[in-house]
Amino acid sequence: MPKELMTFHVNGETRQVAVSPTHTLLEALREELDLTGTKHGCELGHCGACTVLVDGAPVLSCLALAVEAQDAEITTVEGLARDNTLHPLQQAFAERGAAQCGYCTPGFLVSGAALLAHNTRPSREEIKAALAGNLCRCTGYTKIIEAVELAAERMRPEAGG
Amino acid sequence: MRVIGQSIPKIDSYTKVTGAAKYADDLSLPRMAYGRILRSPHPHALIRRLDVTRARAYPGVLDVITGADLPHTYGIMPTTQDETPFALEKARYVGEPIAAVCAVDEETAEEALALIEVEYEPLPALTSIEEALAHPEQRIHEETARGNIMKEVHLEFGDMEAGFAAADLIRDDIYFFEGTTHAPMEEHACVADCHADGKITLWTSTQTPHYVHREVAKVLGIPLSRLRVIVPPVGGGFGGKCEPFAHDFAACLFALRHGRPIKFTLSREEVFYCHRGRHPVKMLLKTGVRSDGSITAVHLQTFLDGGAYASYGLATVYYTGALLTVTYKVPAYKFDGMRLYTNKPPCGPKRGHGSTQPRYAFECQLDKIAEQLGLDPAEYRQRIAIEPYSETVNGLRVTSCGLRECVDKVVVASGWQERRQRLPVGSGLGIAISSYVTGAGKAIYWNDMPHSGVIVTIDRGGGVAALCGSSDIGQGSDTLLATVVAEELGVEPLDVHVLTGDTSLTPVDLGSYSSRVTFMMGNAAREAAGKLRALLFEAASASLETRAERLIAADRWISDADDPARRISFVEAAQRAEAAHGTLSAVGSYKPPRLGGKFKGAGVGVSPAYSYTACVAEVRVDPETYDLKVERLWVAHDCGRALNPVLVEGQIEGSAYMGFGEAVLEEQVFRKGLHKIPSLLEYKLPTIYDTPEITAMSVETIDREGPYGAKEAGEGPLNPIIPAIANAVYAAIHARVDSTPITPDKIQRALREAARAPSATSEHRAGKVASR
Repeated sequence: MPKELMTFHVNGETRQVAVSPTHTLLEALREELDLTGTKHGCELGHCGACTVLVDGAPVLSCLALAVEAQDAEITTVEGLARDNTLHPLQQAFAERGAAQCGYCTPGFLVSGAALLAHNTRPSREEIKAALAGNLCRCTGYTKIIEAVELAAERMRPEAGG
Repeated sequence: MRVIGQSIPKIDSYTKVTGAAKYADDLSLPRMAYGRILRSPHPHALIRRLDVTRARAYPGVLDVITGADLPHTYGIMPTTQDETPFALEKARYVGEPIAAVCAVDEETAEEALALIEVEYEPLPALTSIEEALAHPEQRIHEETARGNIMKEVHLEFGDMEAGFAAADLIRDDIYFFEGTTHAPMEEHACVADCHADGKITLWTSTQTPHYVHREVAKVLGIPLSRLRVIVPPVGGGFGGKCEPFAHDFAACLFALRHGRPIKFTLSREEVFYCHRGRHPVKMLLKTGVRSDGSITAVHLQTFLDGGAYASYGLATVYYTGALLTVTYKVPAYKFDGMRLYTNKPPCGPKRGHGSTQPRYAFECQLDKIAEQLGLDPAEYRQRIAIEPYSETVNGLRVTSCGLRECVDKVVVASGWQERRQRLPVGSGLGIAISSYVTGAGKAIYWNDMPHSGVIVTIDRGGGVAALCGSSDIGQGSDTLLATVVAEELGVEPLDVHVLTGDTSLTPVDLGSYSSRVTFMMGNAAREAAGKLRALLFEAASASLETRAERLIAADRWISDADDPARRISFVEAAQRAEAAHGTLSAVGSYKPPRLGGKFKGAGVGVSPAYSYTACVAEVRVDPETYDLKVERLWVAHDCGRALNPVLVEGQIEGSAYMGFGEAVLEEQVFRKGLHKIPSLLEYKLPTIYDTPEITAMSVETIDREGPYGAKEAGEGPLNPIIPAIANAVYAAIHARVDSTPITPDKIQRALREAARAPSATSEHRAGKVASR
């Protein structure tokens, strides 16, 4: 099927690229927009590695058609840091060793960032609920939960976050 | 020490948390083609006809590669070269590569796969240990000497007859460990490129660039110097990316033929077919003990369901026997192992390689023995634990050993003494211990060269470069390299620029397997950086007019230990040293000492050091659904020294998680040769909800030969988890499930059997205990 010109609002920028109408948002991000930070572990919606934020909510980009995401604000892992300053969750992942192989990390980061955007006092259960769609094979999730808690602490208003 | 022992963030953390890290599938080159692989739909079938004419003619197809293009056999072990990149006359498992299509894009390649015509003549498929043994006439490989036996091992140490004669209690049990797979989050991928000079570059997600380099060059028939293997960041391995795969060979051949780059990325389903995972193992285990519990003799028989090819299986079968002796005093030991070919994806090494299954069996059996003798299972293990700096009956040299400290830690942390007998029915605590190699004592191909080499250079600006052939698969080996070099030179890890996993630019390191990198690369890095430090100290001592022996290097200064005001900067010392000696560069290398006995197979199991681990598991079994919930895991691991405590914790936690999955959820199972569940939804990886709370603790025994005393942490902590959970299940329900995974249906069956015959166990008591 011939490609179509599509417009995406991604990480605060508006980009126009040609995408096959049969392609997923994951394929458009990785192959047409060069945003390879978003990963794939199954392309069936099982693993969560491809999670991105669409209008602030976590979406499995391997199950979303690119054409449907045109009017939305998309945030990928590349859009979490401001200039060269890391999002507190990125900093916490680095400090707590929550990224081992790092392949599931972008998905966890955007899922976690979506949680922290509206809740900087999440309980363990709330953290687990927010991250339940993301599989990690390296960490046993322990360090990931710790990193979310550390970032939450730093993002609370009283911490100047 | 300024850097060693600190929980510094991994040096690659920042590229990984920003999405900047480029994994193999993230690479893209101009004019890049795409490859897809056609795989066998039959578990065992002759290939009567293979016609790629229509696929080749399909618009956009650039090439089609079949077995005829790459007919040379390869195999990771020199003596078991039984595989070709693509099947030749017959396919031996569902998912075996048959052909590869290379096209201008992935869709075209995929469409053209359907145009390849293959006529198969199905053959009877053998898909279990029992079937492989029962049908020696149905050969999976014509070359096997006897039936479908790929390898048979028989070893005996000490006086078995006297050992069992001295026993007061002999237990004889059968255990079965189901196969599991690694399921790294990254699917295997590679990119190959070649220019008109004929030099090929292969970027591939591998744990072992050196072995991939050797095997791919051999099959392609090109000199090693014409192939450069580069490891991009690897999205997890756990043993599943330790050898070359069809896509590596096909990509290189395409690049060589067409002078343009190509990428192969496997689907998740294909990753299940690549496999090389945990062998299903049936184990017959007989142990004799005195009434005080001391072991008099052990006889272990293992039957390994190897799948269709050898892979690392030759080592695996030996590993199922070799490491059983390194935890307890065992005066007599007999081991019979057998690996069988079956029509399933090949099994290979998975975290704990071959030692995980018998460790599970042994620890469960010792739990039964402890109960029969009325001993506390934790105290019992302390009592019979091996001594540090001793030798096992099968000739393994044990150095530092923190086994007793590990048991102490998990006993205290879990409240074992107070809580064990007081938990409600349906809840239980179980304990198990284990040991693992810190690096294989022998390379895959035997040779006298180093197992790891490191080059360190210092530039005039005070920058340091460290080069090593190691492959960081997420465990943090790049960070360890920077850490060791920074410690030795007195700079910050961020001052060290690391280049690893490049077979043309970095000295050989054998790879990220057998938990060898920290120990071997660490020692090599220490040696290389130490040589440069000596040059810096020489220059500094001249400048400061003080003796070199008094100098220390820390915080980018070289100073007099007794008079810290006398100091020069690291940069100034480097410039003075360069003026005196020329460009600053030094090499270091590590080779394990000569270890082991003089028998065939003595090369497997030897290691410069062994790690030790203890685990207590707490479980709850639902009385109505038999659902097993693992509530908590306490794990204490003797890692020698924690060079980076957060990374060590991460390895312990990750190992515990993976062991938990194998104990309770995961199984690689087949129906009529077809993988039943080749997806991440159905192959049950533990989610964040499933995973128990894990308490990771380190024990530091400061090994004499490890870098700063360090031993491994990446694999060993997995091994005690599974039997600890199994023993906790027994404590909870007073019924045994002697196979993995421990699923609700098995728990229900075990409870029914236990109700029918309360004392029905397979033990037979000899002599004194029997008459008690």
